[in-house]
Amino acid sequence: MTAVAMAALAGPVANPVDDLRRMLALHFMVNAFRAGTIVAVLAALVGWLMVLRRQSFAGHTLAVVSFPGAAAAIWLGVSATAGYFTGSILAALVIALVPRSASGRPRSQESAVIGTVQAFALACGALFVSLYGGFLDSITGLLFGSFLGVSDGQVLALGGVAVLVLGVLAVIGRPLLFATVDGGVAAARGVPVRALSIAFLVLLGCTAAEVSQVTGALLVFALLVMPSAAAQQVTARPVAGLVLSVVFGLVVVWASLSVAFWSPWPVGFWVSTFGFALYVGAAGGRAALARRGRIAAGDGRVTDRWGSATPPVAGTVGA
Amino acid sequence: MTTGGFFLFAHPFLESAFVAGTAIALAAGLVGSVVVLRGQVFAGDALSHVAFTGALAALAFGVDLRLGLYGGCVAFALLLALLGRRTAADDTVIGSVFAWVLGLGALFLSVFTTSASGTGGDGTAGVNVLFGSILGLTGGQALVDAVVALGVVAGILAIARPLLFASLDPAVAAARGVPVRTLSTVFFVLLGLTAGVATQAVGALLLLGLLAAPAGAAQRLTARPLRALWLSAAIAVGSMWAGLIIAYGAPGVPPSFGILGVATAVYVGTFARSAVARRRMEGRRGSAPAGPGGSVTEVARAR
Repeated sequence: MTAVAMAALAGPVANPVDDLRRMLALHFMVNAFRAGTIVAVLAALVGWLMVLRRQSFAGHTLAVVSFPGAAAAIWLGVSATAGYFTGSILAALVIALVPRSASGRPRSQESAVIGTVQAFALACGALFVSLYGGFLDSITGLLFGSFLGVSDGQVLALGGVAVLVLGVLAVIGRPLLFATVDGGVAAARGVPVRALSIAFLVLLGCTAAEVSQVTGALLVFALLVMPSAAAQQVTARPVAGLVLSVVFGLVVVWASLSVAFWSPWPVGFWVSTFGFALYVGAAGGRAALARRGRIAAGDGRVTDRWGSATPPVAGTVGA
Repeated sequence: MTTGGFFLFAHPFLESAFVAGTAIALAAGLVGSVVVLRGQVFAGDALSHVAFTGALAALAFGVDLRLGLYGGCVAFALLLALLGRRTAADDTVIGSVFAWVLGLGALFLSVFTTSASGTGGDGTAGVNVLFGSILGLTGGQALVDAVVALGVVAGILAIARPLLFASLDPAVAAARGVPVRTLSTVFFVLLGLTAGVATQAVGALLLLGLLAAPAGAAQRLTARPLRALWLSAAIAVGSMWAGLIIAYGAPGVPPSFGILGVATAVYVGTFARSAVARRRMEGRRGSAPAGPGGSVTEVARAR
């Protein structure tokens, strides 16, 4: 069902409480909120680490790669959910094969590999779609999401995978943060940096697959990058940053679902617009504070309890 | 090959595809080589998505698709050049901006498909922008594309030497009086034009492969920047031709898949080649992390 049809069915905004009740009386909207909440929490937590590790390009590629996975699954007559995860996890392993440089900055060769993986996977998606023959509507569904068509079973599957990913993340979180912040020292202390990096890529792949089932392969980034990037503009502390990132993610998803319900424009547009507005607001506020001298020069660095710091995060490089 | 080759040109649409495709591949190969050298593949990724939004914005507002395509790409390229001036091409900034631009693309797609349904505004246009329609180019379109692509080629060749210098070592280049900033801006504009023109051939989502795969392969084969530039162009053109022939021979295969399949296969081949070479050299000089096919940057910096 399109947003246009819903808006016509539901009528204009009058009384907020009444509107909310009318919106949540529809089962598909309840499911959209459930799925959106699960996905927002997961994407915010994993995305925070992704932004810190400067693996946005890899994250975007893993998200996009879920599209051919789903297209292949539909072509073969398997469940699309399985296709999403297979595509993303396979791509995560391919990207993990290419070593990262010790300083944490991707080599030019690595980005060429990621770009090629992405484009080739998308080409495969085009091939599967062409082999399956004529489901042009589903292409846009796969790429731009079907927020409003989430079934009960899918919500359950999303929840299960989210718990699994967050469980693994909770176990490897501390050493992963250490390895991210200072790979050299972590390696010297005996932290398995490379294994952690591969594990994180697989988790990122699962997350991307999960998010893309809701937002579509192309708009995953809106939930993966924007809330975490905004949170890292506000605070440099890991725990506060993670919490803030989750809060931002939830605000973005809930606000865009509610607005999209009453507007003829697609959910994906609202998600990315609210996310971007948050990010611009956070970056702008930070710049304004920095100009007044209320933030010390080194404040943009994430410091861990071992006392080392990462390279500066977004927006602080030139400072 | 010869009879098959001539047979291909019996179809006017294939002739157009070859004319436009060759010029586009040449431009993408040359520009891509510099993109990979500078480690800015993510910027290319962002541009490819902006191409989608630009094209769909043009469709939604009912103007010529190319206007939106080139306008969007060049404007975003200039924005990237500006951002890159202040911060060192930050992934997060680029990612946030282009995720939003993509959201706009989703909006334009929905506006276009719901409002313009009487004028053929179904999902096909969006899908063509995303995955390319090189076999659907008319003679006139192909000519325009070829001219734009050759313009990019001329531009990149004109600034190739100082651009490679500035890309490999911006500090030293600036000290030597090379106008690093201007070169970077010009380069981004050329990248934007390439993204625009390549979108029509292989589609917005796949042009990244035409930028990254031939260039990545070329840089694994040679450590010399200029040679890598030419090799990358040659691989791109070769992939384009082979892909078009595959698409012609196997009708179920979209041409974009053929083109990218060949380019990716060449890239994978270079990895296999250096894996073999590494095994051969391992006994002689221990375990070198980069291997004999290490990136141009490393070799150039080691000198």
